[in-house]
Amino acid sequence: MRVRVQAEPFDFGAECGAFAAGRRDAGAVVTFAGIVRDDGGLARMELEHYPGMTEKALERIAAEAMRRWSLVDCLVIHRHGPLMPGETIMMVATAAPHRADAFAAAEFLMDYLKSRAPFWKKEFGADGAAWVAAKDADEQALDRWSED
Amino acid sequence: MIDVLYFAWLRERIGLPKERVQTSAATVADLVEELKAREERYAVAFADLAAVRVALDQELAEFDAPLAGVREVAFFPPMTGG
Repeated sequence: MRVRVQAEPFDFGAECGAFAAGRRDAGAVVTFAGIVRDDGGLARMELEHYPGMTEKALERIAAEAMRRWSLVDCLVIHRHGPLMPGETIMMVATAAPHRADAFAAAEFLMDYLKSRAPFWKKEFGADGAAWVAAKDADEQALDRWSED
Repeated sequence: MIDVLYFAWLRERIGLPKERVQTSAATVADLVEELKAREERYAVAFADLAAVRVALDQELAEFDAPLAGVREVAFFPPMTGG
């Protein structure tokens, strides 16, 4: 299990290849990349975070995924700082003996880090700058993982 | 003394990322009231607490949480990572 928080770009393909390479214990690897989307007029994005808490929150979410599913490994990389449209913001990768666990754990990681890891997006466009508002749907997405 | 951190639009409205605060507030909610009473910019930033989240020593917490023993309080809007 590994978590990285960094300003620098990363090579999604290389990370996926390295994550999957040499595994004999996992029959399934699932990867996801989040990309800066330009819905029209986005010049750039700034991703603010809370150094210290960010790493702790991501490590806790990753550990929870390892606990809930039979994963042999998982990886979370999340960038902060300035980002341009088309750049990769973050990725998750999961490895499991079978694909159902790998897919479910990857979705769980995405749902949780969207609203439980301390990142805030600010978009800059022709009309000025605005903080991205959290979506109710993102919060509701967590309900499906409730263990109650 | 307690370190108080602000992120995203709370940081912008209050005009600083971090400050040391001398307080005897028992809970987060009490601390917010103290800050709001200080200056208009705090009152503006904390006008709608439904839009504010809090972390105590880097763990998410509620506004009625006690501050005893806490070294770092952070205020920020709902998170938008991913």
